[in-house]
Amino acid sequence: MPDAALTLGELAGQVRSKNAGPFWITMDVLFRSEPDYTFVTTSGVLSPQAIGRLYDVDPATVKYFELRGILAVKISFPRPVTAGSFGDRDLHGGQQFVPLAALRLPAPPGHHQDASR
Amino acid sequence: MSTQPTSEPGVGVIFPSGMLGGGFTAESIKRGIAMGATAIAIDGGSTDSGPYYLGAGVAKTAASAVERDLRILLSAAREAQIPLIVGSCGTAGTDTGVDWVAEIAVRIAAEDRLSFRMARVYSELDPATVIAAIEAGRVRSLPPLGDLDPDTVRSCSHVVALMGHDPIVAALEAGAEVVLAGRATDTSMVAAVALMHGLPAGPTWHAAKTVECGGQCTTNPTAGGVHVRIDGTGFTVTPLSPDAACTPTSVAAHMLYENADPFRLLEPTGTLDTSAATYTAIDERTVRVEGSGFLLSSHPTAKLEGARLGGYETISLVGIRDPHILASLETWLRYLLSVLEDRVRATLDLDPQHYELALQCYGANAVLGPLEDSTGDAREIGLLFKVRAPSQQTATAIARTANPLLLHLPLPGMDHLPSFAFATSPAEIERGPSYEFVLNHVLDLERGTDLFRIDLSEVANA
Repeated sequence: MPDAALTLGELAGQVRSKNAGPFWITMDVLFRSEPDYTFVTTSGVLSPQAIGRLYDVDPATVKYFELRGILAVKISFPRPVTAGSFGDRDLHGGQQFVPLAALRLPAPPGHHQDASR
Repeated sequence: MSTQPTSEPGVGVIFPSGMLGGGFTAESIKRGIAMGATAIAIDGGSTDSGPYYLGAGVAKTAASAVERDLRILLSAAREAQIPLIVGSCGTAGTDTGVDWVAEIAVRIAAEDRLSFRMARVYSELDPATVIAAIEAGRVRSLPPLGDLDPDTVRSCSHVVALMGHDPIVAALEAGAEVVLAGRATDTSMVAAVALMHGLPAGPTWHAAKTVECGGQCTTNPTAGGVHVRIDGTGFTVTPLSPDAACTPTSVAAHMLYENADPFRLLEPTGTLDTSAATYTAIDERTVRVEGSGFLLSSHPTAKLEGARLGGYETISLVGIRDPHILASLETWLRYLLSVLEDRVRATLDLDPQHYELALQCYGANAVLGPLEDSTGDAREIGLLFKVRAPSQQTATAIARTANPLLLHLPLPGMDHLPSFAFATSPAEIERGPSYEFVLNHVLDLERGTDLFRIDLSEVANA
């Protein structure tokens, strides 16, 4: 569990995005430890609704998986613009993880403002 | 180095790299042969790099890079007398892509005095074939696309079907020693080798998915490919490079890679289910996987890919460093669009619905667009100005109309004309035809070999 309020990208070992075929984008959050994984997956910050707000997509189209066995969360949703079409900004979808990584996590319970990492 | 004795049951497949032409060493292939490989498989394509390669029917990889890799593989395969299978030849797997790789293979064989039976397995479809299948109710959409309109099929410059293992097995059973396949699933080549030896589908498809990007399932993806041994209860995967390791995490995590669902993978003959799979380290660089399942479909399917011409593009790149403009960039961009639309209407008699514009500000929000929430003024931006129109001539005429604005447009109310920094002369760069993927559908088959055409030939160099 983190000592202070962090972003998801600061806490996780890796946050990454990539196309899953030209019509879907998929994102993986890979955690370093079981407590970090549990802290995030029980905090309520990650959900299809949260992803819908973050990426301006319909939450009903968001696939969300919690993978305790490998301490990962996987999120997939249809690409608003098909890969490589006119107007696509990211052919391989490799930079779209940034808003997810910037997601601010709640302060852990018992955290004090002067706590240092 | 941990090597497997060749007497072990099952099949061993070398997967040297994620892409033919991506590069690997001859030594890495020798190590794979020493591990007891019974086949070499490699992927020659993907849709990852966008619709151009399918739309135009040309390869992404350089011919010299394909020739270099293919020379190593042909030599190793013939020396060990094991089959070589190349999937998705020529990037998009069009018929021209298969013939392109075949020409390179024949040239290498003549130079290196190699002889083999070669199968070309074609997967390009005539639009009429697809339209007949739509009318017969045998085409289904995959989300997020809807029902397939015959006009969409007619609009495609090329349509390919993704083959599964069946056409590759048919080619191998016909005695092919080198199989050059059109568009094929990433997993089909490895699966063909295992399934034709009667090995179970669960371990087979999971092994094939694990190695489909070469070293991506290892701790050092740039170090080279992998060897996988598939047997009656599971599979064992080992990197070819001594500088890489397979760990239970690196192997399990690969099911996440470029895959929308972490446990299930749809294949032409059914669905791989890895939810009960176990990953065990055999030694510090070898992983054993067991417990993978495969649910056979009632009938095989073939996923369709098609790209259509969307128009012709012309682009310009202009640098903006002027702090006054950067401080009011959104205002300037809106002003640019409004002045440009007026000028295009006045000089070319074209309304905005007759062309498309995209203004991407590198340094500001080009990559994330409206999702960008980082604030603060950029030091400089590169404005990529893109226009697409029904003809190259029109696209370039619009870009030329934009040229004086991209050079000099002031902010409203400025008392002088600024000049911005074009990157090139001429500023307009003609990009040629611009394609887009429009198919995400599957076609129901009776047999997995339907739709696919096998052409056998003897390459003889005594």
